[in-house]
Amino acid sequence: MTDLWAGLAQAFWLVVTLDPDLMEITLRSLRVTLTALVIASAIAFPLAALLAVKRFRARRFTIAVLNALMGLPPVVVGLIVYILLSRSGPFGVFGLLFTPSAMIIAQVIILVPLIASVAHQSLRDLWSEYHDLLISMNVTRWQKMQTLLWDARRALLTAALAGFGRGIGEVGAIMIVGGNIDHATRVLTTAIALETGRGDFALALGLGFVLIALALAVNLGTHWLGRTEREGRW
Amino acid sequence: MSDLFPLCARGAETRRRGRVLVGPVDLTLEAGGVTVVIGPNGSGKTTLLRLLHGTARLSAGTLDWACDTEEARKHLGFVFQRPVMLRRSVVQNIAYPLRLRGVGRAKARGQAAEWAARVGLGQMLDRPATGLSGGEMQKLALARAFITAPRAVFLDEPTAALDGAATREIEALMQEAKEDGVRLILATHDMGQARRLADDVVFLHQGRVAETGPAEAFLAGPETAAAQAFLRGDIVE
Repeated sequence: MTDLWAGLAQAFWLVVTLDPDLMEITLRSLRVTLTALVIASAIAFPLAALLAVKRFRARRFTIAVLNALMGLPPVVVGLIVYILLSRSGPFGVFGLLFTPSAMIIAQVIILVPLIASVAHQSLRDLWSEYHDLLISMNVTRWQKMQTLLWDARRALLTAALAGFGRGIGEVGAIMIVGGNIDHATRVLTTAIALETGRGDFALALGLGFVLIALALAVNLGTHWLGRTEREGRW
Repeated sequence: MSDLFPLCARGAETRRRGRVLVGPVDLTLEAGGVTVVIGPNGSGKTTLLRLLHGTARLSAGTLDWACDTEEARKHLGFVFQRPVMLRRSVVQNIAYPLRLRGVGRAKARGQAAEWAARVGLGQMLDRPATGLSGGEMQKLALARAFITAPRAVFLDEPTAALDGAATREIEALMQEAKEDGVRLILATHDMGQARRLADDVVFLHQGRVAETGPAEAFLAGPETAAAQAFLRGDIVE
């Protein structure tokens, strides 16, 4: 209990003094996760829309695989990305290992199935609602996808926020591919793991509270900006 | 602009999982006027409309428009019994078909606003369409179907769930469209509506066209026993 209070006090102190190290790793956390989120959403949303409107032989199997991949162990993703990006790996020439770019790649792989699965649920429901109308209007597949993505944008925002939550709290994969290097690849979660290992629970908890506050602030800010709860809107 | 009609169906069938839903249908729809498709519940009115429109798969037979089928489909509209509302505002719903055709946002909105006013929705342009009443939704669906100036519109029991006032307004809109030269193919189980609007009638029974002909002659004295029973108000299976 003492550690919890100490953690809260430490978090408060770190924030009010705008601790430079805290600011640096917080900004890096945000940069890595938001970049990964944008890339993952750009892949996942069209994929989810395509799975909603297109009928093909392996569709059910693809959806099942996508759902299964939501539970992809981050450590395994980290390991695979590590092997691919390591000096002897196929992409070693790019020198990306132990850089924020490697962390973004790992996060994108983790986030795409999650965002695509959550988005697909919403888009599938909307498609069953719109199906007859859009078919009767002779709408092209691309137009169907565009219509679904636009009209389900608030549900997609929720899917993206679920992805943000997963990404900002992720530690296993980015620890492996980022290496938790100070002033280079250290982010909030890896810093928490490090401080816990060192036995500095108060600092670890302080960083943890900052992480929670950050996740809450981004979620609330997005809802506020998107006005998702405004009356009469979808 | 090439002619759409006549539309000729020869032995046209639509099946689902091997079961024939409608057909074989032999039918010719000439240009102009209102064709009313009537028949007991489950006789296949909706499926026939979808088959003719091209939204139901043609499993057997042929369906020939006077012009190329793909070209013909660009000039068709469809209004459903339960109107589908996009999760957008009234004006955006009406403008949707124009936007699909590449019309600019401002121009599409302007035309949609005109149509909204024409169907009595001019005061609710920016309201969410899903919040409208049943009659208002159906009027929106009509405006959305007519905004692209289609040459033929299929209407599947558009007044089935509406009260008298809303039905009168919808029928007035259909009448206007007919006067503007739009070919209407209307499914209904409301014989009063058939009498008011029909130029010719297609009577469906058990998925097949049992009788066709000019409305006046059909309503005065149908030839088939099923049609006679239907007009008497008997239960027809």
